[in-house]
Amino acid sequence: MADTLRALAERCIRVLGPESVITDPVRLRTYDCDGLTSHRASPGLVVLPETAEQIAAIVRACIEAGVPYVARGSGTGLSGGALPRTDGVLIVTARMRRILDIDVANQRAVVEPGVINLDVTRAARPHGYYFAPDPSSQQVCSVGGNVAENSGGAHCLKYGFTAHHILASEIVTPDGEVVELSRDDPGFDLLGVFVGSEGTLGITTKVTVRLTRLPQTVQTLLAAFDTIEQGGEAVSAIIAAGVVPAAIEMMDALSIKAAEAAVACGYPEGAGAVLVVELDGPEATVAHQFAEVGRLCREAGAFEIRVAADDTERALIWKGRKSAFAAMGRISPAYIVQDGVIPRTALGEVLGRIDALSRESGVRVANVFHAGDGNLHPLVLFDDAVPGAQERAEKVSGAILDLCIEQGGSITGEHGVGVDKARYMLRMFSDDDLDTMQMVRCGFDPAGLCNPGKVFPTPRLCGEVPGVRKGPHPLVAEGKADLF
Amino acid sequence: MSVLDAFAKVCADVRPGGDTDRVDGLVPRVVAAPASLDEASAVMRTAAEHGLAVVPSGAGTKLDHGRPVERCEVLVTSRNLDRIIKHSPGDLTLHVEAGLTFEALHAAEADGWGQHLALAPPMDGTIGGAIATDFAGPGRLLHGSARDLLIGITVVRADGTVTRSGGKVVKNVAGYDLGKLYTGSLGTLGLIVDATFRMHPAARVVRVAATVKDPGRAVQAVLHSQVVPRALEIDRPAGSDETTVVVEAETETPDETSARLRDLLGGAPVTTPDWWNRLPEGEVLAEIRSLPARLPEVMDAAKGLPLRGSAGAGRLYTAPDDLEALREALKPTGARVVLMRAGRSVREAVDVWGPMPALPLMRRVKDQFDPDHRLSPGRFAEGV
Repeated sequence: MADTLRALAERCIRVLGPESVITDPVRLRTYDCDGLTSHRASPGLVVLPETAEQIAAIVRACIEAGVPYVARGSGTGLSGGALPRTDGVLIVTARMRRILDIDVANQRAVVEPGVINLDVTRAARPHGYYFAPDPSSQQVCSVGGNVAENSGGAHCLKYGFTAHHILASEIVTPDGEVVELSRDDPGFDLLGVFVGSEGTLGITTKVTVRLTRLPQTVQTLLAAFDTIEQGGEAVSAIIAAGVVPAAIEMMDALSIKAAEAAVACGYPEGAGAVLVVELDGPEATVAHQFAEVGRLCREAGAFEIRVAADDTERALIWKGRKSAFAAMGRISPAYIVQDGVIPRTALGEVLGRIDALSRESGVRVANVFHAGDGNLHPLVLFDDAVPGAQERAEKVSGAILDLCIEQGGSITGEHGVGVDKARYMLRMFSDDDLDTMQMVRCGFDPAGLCNPGKVFPTPRLCGEVPGVRKGPHPLVAEGKADLF
Repeated sequence: MSVLDAFAKVCADVRPGGDTDRVDGLVPRVVAAPASLDEASAVMRTAAEHGLAVVPSGAGTKLDHGRPVERCEVLVTSRNLDRIIKHSPGDLTLHVEAGLTFEALHAAEADGWGQHLALAPPMDGTIGGAIATDFAGPGRLLHGSARDLLIGITVVRADGTVTRSGGKVVKNVAGYDLGKLYTGSLGTLGLIVDATFRMHPAARVVRVAATVKDPGRAVQAVLHSQVVPRALEIDRPAGSDETTVVVEAETETPDETSARLRDLLGGAPVTTPDWWNRLPEGEVLAEIRSLPARLPEVMDAAKGLPLRGSAGAGRLYTAPDDLEALREALKPTGARVVLMRAGRSVREAVDVWGPMPALPLMRRVKDQFDPDHRLSPGRFAEGV
């Protein structure tokens, strides 16, 4: 361990106590990656603080030592946003797991960043409420991580992303101050920028989340089609009819096959595509819209429609979809999870071109996606025992992102940029666009120590701001310095 | 070459400022109305080259919001940036220029779009103005404000640099979401040129109004019901004890929903009042931001004053004679009071915003975007 880190570790022990500072190389390796396991780096030091003040003290110590730091919640992120630095400190919020308040009257809860997403819902459910953002990892991912990544989920078509459900956040700024950002603040919406900044603008230490009323009723159907085009037509027809389902998910033949092999979800045999449509809300409205969705699916060519009669049947319908990623293990030794977005109306064309890419390259691609908002999750399959297979798969995966960009879409709908996609940012944004984003970063983190190397392909040197300083220098004003 | 000539060289619609162009009493030297992104960029660059202070403006309906500007040499109006660039019904998105007025947008929507932008601020004005001032209408309860509906934005920075963030798809987490940063920025970070929004289907809507004795109870009853209100507004006229509550909900079964709402409100039904989505009268307009369940205390503390707005979202407009006295009275409720609109002398004399814990961060962001502090100088907080 370098001298700087050793000195920093001692300082951290003084702040946190020895049991909350990890320096043992074997234990450090536990933290060497997040959900993106293709990138690994053993952190220089891991700390497990329990309060905002402790995090602020650690951040200040890092600044003084010139050491970079990275925050980590549950480590489920899929873009390497919590990838540690070998020369830095990993600040893990796993011990900040208290739900501080469930305020039903004001439809909100206050939680610490390490609280598990689903635990917020568990705590709110007895009161008839839940926390709407539901990433697939919701049983293990942390609310702090959701804030950093602006996490989505299957139900964000209707309910929006994490950003829509965060009312305030106490943060430790990259200069080690504890500040609360709130939606009620006048002026620039700094809270809105902070959410989704992938841990580059500070560390959230307390989150006020919006609680959403549990819907009166939930209706789920599964529609099976011969072709993916028919499924796409059904989605278009539903949107055109003015229905905003809570979720519309689609799977193609290959992902159905994998899910069947893994969890025996019993989807209709021979389906080229299945659509899972869920509606929720007031009973009468849902009943009306549900009938319409069924009719539109049949008109688009659905050969079988199953309606979940109860929660057990609903869980069965979702089982295939929710296990789709992990199920790939049944049909392929390895795979890349891609996350791209296209305008929904380009779905048919893009899927056709992904298919062509797959045939040309001989690399199999299974498609699972949030069809309502055009968020594709192509799973690019390969055998890691075959030399060159991973490179070929990565090439196909990258080409899919190019397709998304070409259609005016995005390189990530919910997994984030992290280290994984920083190199693609210039395909989507100009230098000036990225420079402008980095101006925000320089405002928050002039030293560039807060999760460096993420999101942006190249760092911006913050330096001195040109222009005229307004008023006297702060040190002069305080009488600590004279100008002469 | 005169300053005016320099602007005329890069922008077709440029003229010297006159008395009717005054912003907070200041007559701009130049009024520029760019008609394209290129012109907008060139105007901003020209202003930078001459070190001139720029005040961006839409329809000019909210130029008296915030503190008075300290300088205004160039008034840039988005009057000529008023096009609907693209409505993509299948994608539920809308791309418009910042100078598009809500009046024009609503006229277009009424022409069979079957969709609407769920942002209907209580004042006329432009899309850009609604973003810059973070104004939203009653629908904010369900759909939020501009920051929740924006999916992409183009802004010209103080030095003329064109910069975009977000995109044209609803779901997108690539890069910082600067649309949110510009929301509420009051023309202090850049010139908003165009914006892309998420649209919502035009649903069937019922509205039920009732005069109630206990607005706190009525608001809680509706919030925790299964009706999913889109809007939950109250109105208490100045000097009155009588409060009207109006609930708006999207529904496929209007009769049943109306009946349920009447039950929940427990008051005497009245027709939708004419104050719906209008600001209270008064020289001074302020917004109270509070927790929804604190409504009874807030109403008590603001006794005698008119109160109107989204009780469901905890945002109420009022017209106080004495802003500081109202702040003091509301202190125990934890509510914030923000001055929205007033004459110059009032805005000069009072603390417009109240406490702002994040101000040091805002100042640092401002210094990055506008190091010379030439964009709407003084309009927002001290040092921004």
